[in-house]
Amino acid sequence: MPNVLVYAELRGGDLRKIALETVSAARSLADTLGGEVHAVLAGATGSGAHAAALGEHGADVVFHTEHGAFAVYNPEALTALIAERARSGYAAVLIGGSARGRDLAPRLAARLGAALLSDVTSLKLDGGALVATHPVYTGKVAVTLRLTRGDDVAVVSLRPAAFGATPASRSARVEAVPPVGDPADVRVAVSEISSGDGRKLDLAEAPVIVSGGRGLKAPENFKLVEDLAAAFGNAAVGATRAVTDDGWRPHSDQIGQTGRQVSPELYVAVGISGAIQHLAGMRASRCIVAINKDAEAPIFKVADYGIVGDVFEVVPALTAAIRDVRSKS
Amino acid sequence: MNFFTRSKQLVKIAVCIKRVPEMDVKFRVAPSSKAIDETGLKWDMSDFDGYAVEAALQMIEKLGNGEVVVLSLGPDPVQEVLRKALSMGATRAIHLKSDQVPFDSAAIASALAAELKAGGFDLIMFGKMAIDSAAGAVGVMVGELLGLPTVHACSRLEIAAGKGTARRELEGGAEQITFPLPAVVTIDEGIARPRYPSLKGIMAAKKKPLETKPAQLGAVRVTVDGMALPPERAPGRILGEGAAAVPELVRLLQTEAKVL
Ligand SMILES: Cc1cc2nc3c(=O)[nH]c(=O)nc-3n(C[C@H](O)[C@H](O)[C@H](O)COP(=O)(O)OP(=O)(O)OC[C@H]3O[C@@H](n4cnc5c(N)ncnc54)[C@H](O)[C@@H]3O)c2cc1C
Ligand SMILES: Nc1ncnc2c1ncn2[C@@H]1O[C@H](COP(=O)(O)O)[C@@H](O)[C@H]1O
Repeated sequence: MPNVLVYAELRGGDLRKIALETVSAARSLADTLGGEVHAVLAGATGSGAHAAALGEHGADVVFHTEHGAFAVYNPEALTALIAERARSGYAAVLIGGSARGRDLAPRLAARLGAALLSDVTSLKLDGGALVATHPVYTGKVAVTLRLTRGDDVAVVSLRPAAFGATPASRSARVEAVPPVGDPADVRVAVSEISSGDGRKLDLAEAPVIVSGGRGLKAPENFKLVEDLAAAFGNAAVGATRAVTDDGWRPHSDQIGQTGRQVSPELYVAVGISGAIQHLAGMRASRCIVAINKDAEAPIFKVADYGIVGDVFEVVPALTAAIRDVRSKS
Repeated sequence: MNFFTRSKQLVKIAVCIKRVPEMDVKFRVAPSSKAIDETGLKWDMSDFDGYAVEAALQMIEKLGNGEVVVLSLGPDPVQEVLRKALSMGATRAIHLKSDQVPFDSAAIASALAAELKAGGFDLIMFGKMAIDSAAGAVGVMVGELLGLPTVHACSRLEIAAGKGTARRELEGGAEQITFPLPAVVTIDEGIARPRYPSLKGIMAAKKKPLETKPAQLGAVRVTVDGMALPPERAPGRILGEGAAAVPELVRLLQTEAKVL
């Protein structure tokens, strides 16, 4: 069974970037195995249109299930659907590790009696085994895990943005598949309550993150951080726990040990002390800039470039300078 | 109508807690290169598991009646985190003894599920993820193995009249989840901050029941090939003070870091 199965995640009817990353990762795994990439796509009427993009990233076959109950995230019905497909014989099932993917992957593994590799940042075959790396101990240690392939399928969730979405010139064959059971007859019912701003870049995807801490003094001053992010054009906004605890920003913006773990090209820390629990979420960023009025703040120990100063003076000046650079490029 | 599904008086909540090293240290890799060097490490209950214990205690306190059973799988020292949970207010503890704690979520989940199965719990709670293994998988796997409604990463949780309502944070958004009890939930941050055990609690915990049983881990399929420390960050530099340092920062971002 050299084939690899992937789950192509939709959100609000749109195909997510993580779905393309997952298909691309499956493609390279299937190529080493000499097999095909099959994708499960489940959504409401019209969702079949996404099959083309899956093909263009390496899927050979798209199993498409159309049902109104897949218009929202439906973990129990998806588990039944993907498990049924997986039982027909695959080397591995790859799931993109979004918030929902991290919910789905363990369900599926347990349903299949399969072993699970979670949140992997690399995946390859070594002899008969799947070998994956995964950051552990709040990113301070990287573990390499080995799963010797027996007769069972393995389930793997992929860390967002760790695998690129690589175009492949294929066109997938689409097969319509009926749902397993009644997808509307489920115990766990999910509804999206705030879909945020559709145009907003997610922390996992943004090349630049501007994060604010308690040094901003009040929630309305986050405008400084938002303006700087807007000046970069490709930036998302993050926050410390001090700030999310006080309700200045939603918990989903929190970066750190108990928040999101990110690794953008550029991380700008504004009025952030650099507590160990915050560093756990951003230490892997390629370039770190810190702006803090206290020259002794621990954030300066991990920052590539630091400016000692008042955020209310330095940040507007930086925003203007970045706007200037970008308007000339 | 009762708070929980079954119309009995005693509500039972289980919370699974993992013992993990405190993270504010520089880890070293053991000579085997397959584990971290545990010399000198301090240990505690994993962060999210502390939130789960606190949330469970608050629910029982609100009800005025019920029990919170804490479980931990691992070597003898896991009894320390079980005692801590007891001193916070949990009713009793179960230690599933295993000299090793594998990096295999499925193996851990099957051992925990085997113990939880016959417990008659109304609610089984986990941390969203253990901060050492960072898999975020064991709780959901247990839910699936037990065939119970399962909700992962609840940042809010309300239980009333045999039903649960939870919130999960998404990338740039959130969702609401409703489900019937009995159920399995895993807890994200934001629900409750764990209380500190009081002196009275610590004294009381010494007399609370702590039962030890062998863990039924079953086959371990995922093994550690190696552990490594990510490369150290080169020491950074402070470019200057105030807005005057901005032009130099922008120049370095363009020419040295090449991120602009
Ligand atoms: C179990 C646990 C888990 C945690 N998880 C997380 C997590 O996931 N993420 C997280 O971020 N934290 C986490 N924390 C909290 C963490 O320990 C810190 O409390 C938090 O990161 C501090 O946030 P801060 O830097 O915004 O605030 P502070 O530490 O208060 O720092 C504010 C900084 O702003 C500077 N400042 C003040 N005024 C100005 C000004 N006008 N101009 C410039 N600089 C100024 C100050 O010098 C100071 O350095 C966790 C803690 C625990 C115990
Ligand atoms: N050895 C263990 N003993 C008890 N509970 C555990 C153990 N390992 C994991 N858990 C529970 O499962 C959750 C998720 O762990 P993980 O999937 O390893 O990230 C933890 O937050 C705990 O609630």
